[in-house]
Amino acid sequence: MSVDLTTSLGSLELSAPTLTASGCAAAGRELAQFGDVSSLGAVVTKSIMMEPRSGRATPRMAETPSGMLNSIGLQGPGIEAFLEKDLSWLTENNVTTIVSIAGNNVDEFGELARILAKVPGVAGLEVNISCPNVESRGQVFACNPVSAAQVIETVRSVWHSDAPILAKLSPDVTDIVEIAHSVVEAGVHGVSMINTLLGMVIDVDKMKPMLGGRTGGLSGPAIRPVAVRAIYQVHAALPSLPILGMGGIRNGHDALEFIAAGASAVSIGTVVFGDPGAPWRIATELGKELEARGYDSLREVIGLAHHN
Amino acid sequence: MSAKQINCTIKSMTPVGGYLHMIVDAPEVSEVQPGHFAALAVGGPNGATLLRRAFSIHKSTPGETLEFIFAPHGPGTQWLANQRAGDVIDIIAPLGKPFILPKQPIACVIVAGGYGAAPMELLARELRAHNCRVDVVLGAGTQEKLFGVLDLKSVSDSLVVTTDDGTSGVRGRVTDVLAGVITKNNSQAVYACGPMPMLQAVAEVAQANGAFSQCAVEESMACGIGVCMTCVLPIIGDDGVTRMARSCVDGPVFRGDRVRWDDVDTVPSDAFGAPRPGGH
Repeated sequence: MSVDLTTSLGSLELSAPTLTASGCAAAGRELAQFGDVSSLGAVVTKSIMMEPRSGRATPRMAETPSGMLNSIGLQGPGIEAFLEKDLSWLTENNVTTIVSIAGNNVDEFGELARILAKVPGVAGLEVNISCPNVESRGQVFACNPVSAAQVIETVRSVWHSDAPILAKLSPDVTDIVEIAHSVVEAGVHGVSMINTLLGMVIDVDKMKPMLGGRTGGLSGPAIRPVAVRAIYQVHAALPSLPILGMGGIRNGHDALEFIAAGASAVSIGTVVFGDPGAPWRIATELGKELEARGYDSLREVIGLAHHN
Repeated sequence: MSAKQINCTIKSMTPVGGYLHMIVDAPEVSEVQPGHFAALAVGGPNGATLLRRAFSIHKSTPGETLEFIFAPHGPGTQWLANQRAGDVIDIIAPLGKPFILPKQPIACVIVAGGYGAAPMELLARELRAHNCRVDVVLGAGTQEKLFGVLDLKSVSDSLVVTTDDGTSGVRGRVTDVLAGVITKNNSQAVYACGPMPMLQAVAEVAQANGAFSQCAVEESMACGIGVCMTCVLPIIGDDGVTRMARSCVDGPVFRGDRVRWDDVDTVPSDAFGAPRPGGH
């Protein structure tokens, strides 16, 4: 008997437990040569903004032990071109699509949500309030419960759609549970966690930071225990809040840890750079890990580590 | 063309001068053109190096093998250098936009620095198959770092070697002799692969002497398949607009006159979507 791997994020039913992670699969199209993108739980797009954006200067990447730092700076085509070229491709190919949005200010988040609420083919909205690669760290809304809630309230007020809104949270805070409470009160349907951690690598030959943007976001298996901890804490405090888990998941065993900590589904991020087939592979491996432990379904394992 | 992710068994790993020459079984890959590259996973499934290493494809026997030239200099390439015949490597190939071949049988110059010569024998054969004259300029810091001299000599009309220290051929840079080669043979196209400063100098010499250039750039990549947005550089498009283009899917081969060489590692203020005063 095969294990039931279907799951859900609030009102969104997912046919598979692995999704891509924002910023790690562009808008899905490039992965199509490695697997059937429509068979993934969903594609979470790279965060889209109102205007086209060049991103930061290179070098944008530094490999670190079991991880990497990135300083891309939200390079993207802007919402208009995204709808025309990227979302249309996703819709035509029957891909479940969660659109990640990022704004320079609260109003831009609202405007993006207002536009996307009217567009068919948007199965969910991930509100990226935690990208570390912005000029002003003051713009990392997820570092402050009040500004995090302001963004979510604004998005919620224009979101006339049944699709769930997820807030993407940063682990670079004193108390991630406080931020989670704050976005839940503002009306969010679920949370995605975790975004990258702010880091730096210094080139000691040039005696300056290696990245063009100086600082970057740390991702990959190096941050996995931080993600598991954050998910565990938030699930403990808000057990009915759907969590999309991400942070260095490399195989089915890792994914099972996230589910046991309280995630309902997982996004595969940095590992895709090394293994573009990973979102499919990890779903298969997760099924085997569950089967080997005698479980019939993924759903029965969500948050199970809290009960033992 | 679509890239494939395949497990390739190493057939041989042989030192060649200062480099290693690796041949792998790749029966699934049959459409390699000169300038295509491959992205190799390094470190094993539980290793600490997550990102692929990109190498230009040195040679390809369609439906049989792929060949690569590399130098061990970091933890990933050192791991690769320690692999042996029979070991299996996870490879994605072929990737990128290859060199564009001329439609007419014109005179062409191939310029390469160090192991930038790796894809150039394949290119020279293709150019000759198109009845093009092929002249080659190979350069390196020192003799040990030259690659492909004899092989390229056998598939070209002339070959000049330069080394910075004079241990082989002409003492100096490839660009010290390039203008002379272009003028002498009335070359109309220059194909280049090597370090970025060399490519910039080659593109400038080509343009000053009335030749088109195509340059295979070397930018650090994380994925090689177009999803990470790491390997960008400012490229002028057909519409005259500069965009931060991905060298993995929009390149690695670009027209030399379309790369804003002086602005590499920056975002030019007139680039599409560049930061504006007061925020984006």
